[in-house]
Amino acid sequence: MTATTTATRDYSLIGRDSQRALEQGLVAAAWYHSELPRPLMKALMRRRNGPAIRDTLIWFSLLALSGIGGAVFWGSWACVPFFLIFGVLYGSASDSRWHEAGHGTAFETSWLNDALYQVASFMNMKEPTLWRWSHARHHTDTIIVGRDREILAMRPPDALRLVLNVVGVRDAVDVVRSVARHAAGRLTAEEVTFIPDHERHRVVREARVWVGVYVVVAALAVLLGSWLPLMYVGLPSLYGRWLAHYFAFTQHAGLADNVLDHRLNSRTVHMNRVLRFLYWNMNFHIEHHMFPMVPYHALPALHDELRGDMPVPCRSSLAAYREILPALRRQMRDPEYHLEPELPPCAKPFRPDLHNVVVEARS
Amino acid sequence: MTGAPGAQADGETWVQACRTDDIEPEDVVRFDYEGRTFAIYRSPQDTFHATDGLCTHEHAYLADGLVMGDTIECPKHNGRFDYRSGEVKRRPACVALTTYPVRVQGDSVLIRLSD
Repeated sequence: MTATTTATRDYSLIGRDSQRALEQGLVAAAWYHSELPRPLMKALMRRRNGPAIRDTLIWFSLLALSGIGGAVFWGSWACVPFFLIFGVLYGSASDSRWHEAGHGTAFETSWLNDALYQVASFMNMKEPTLWRWSHARHHTDTIIVGRDREILAMRPPDALRLVLNVVGVRDAVDVVRSVARHAAGRLTAEEVTFIPDHERHRVVREARVWVGVYVVVAALAVLLGSWLPLMYVGLPSLYGRWLAHYFAFTQHAGLADNVLDHRLNSRTVHMNRVLRFLYWNMNFHIEHHMFPMVPYHALPALHDELRGDMPVPCRSSLAAYREILPALRRQMRDPEYHLEPELPPCAKPFRPDLHNVVVEARS
Repeated sequence: MTGAPGAQADGETWVQACRTDDIEPEDVVRFDYEGRTFAIYRSPQDTFHATDGLCTHEHAYLADGLVMGDTIECPKHNGRFDYRSGEVKRRPACVALTTYPVRVQGDSVLIRLSD
């Protein structure tokens, strides 16, 4: 269903659409799940340390090698490719590590998940406790307007923001403001809607630790009279962030909002092994949302099992952008437009009565 | 599992939740009774346990989650509980699960419900 109206969406978590989502039964609702036999699900959900230890060692080794290369050739153009690689590993690959560790599915051992979560959160400019709760909300109310604060492609799309975020500029501005506010002991009215009272002290403590780290690195740069320390801490979250955004837009952009079926608001995209290493298989995004307790290393197997109940995946990330970009362009003049993935003939639609009810209420 | 017959023993209300072989070791099944939902666990040590069936964080059936040793992980947000005590082991869960006494009689798993 595609309604036509020019009324704007209110993405605030304390605004008009938040209340409407509640009234329309879209908040903490039951979502569609494909049926899989319990023994198979248990096998898919099983935690292992091996794959993530291997991948983390490779990741840190590549960070170290590219970082050393950047230092050796610092002052010449030859350092650029090294820092391009270092930046992507630091500012983009950290996003998928933050995400998987946050779900507690990267490792079998809990403290390994917690350690990776803290490190990757810092590299990824995502305040750990704030984003833990934000992401829980994202999974409860995925792309529900007024509930989900992780909607990247809002409607109508803000082209300037999207372009600036290729190098993480808008993210950085937001994070600096947010960390400063939290270090001062203040949370916003929106944040208190999803961060429980007993967790808020963690937000403040983490922000103060971050400020301390950045002050030390900046002081070191001043002391040495060199930008080099900042090329390793801080700046790679900007110059290396483009790939994280490239990945993130494939997840939900251009698809439906305010539905209760991840097959309609999320996108699975085939990617090559290098991209899947950097992205930790989050290209299987419908599968991840439907079964978030399945670890990244089991998502390809889950994808194979669910094939008959899923839309046809995009053949590549470029193919995904070939449908995303025209959809975003059209949403600039028609915010109600969205892509409608075709489900297999045997797949069941889920609660079509609820789809776009907020649109109807708004118009 | 739904609608399992009730049973009285020792002057207390014990309800048959399932049969022992309905649950594999290190697994969980759902049991619905009189409008309530419970999760019945079989530990790797072959002991049986029972908790409320819904996660205390948000509406999700724990029987769809993963049992790892003495822990149950919620399928929705990966919050974890010790199903023997109900204690929270991992956020976003914050409130402990209610647990229920369990005993095995023959091949039946019985849980005692509060009045």
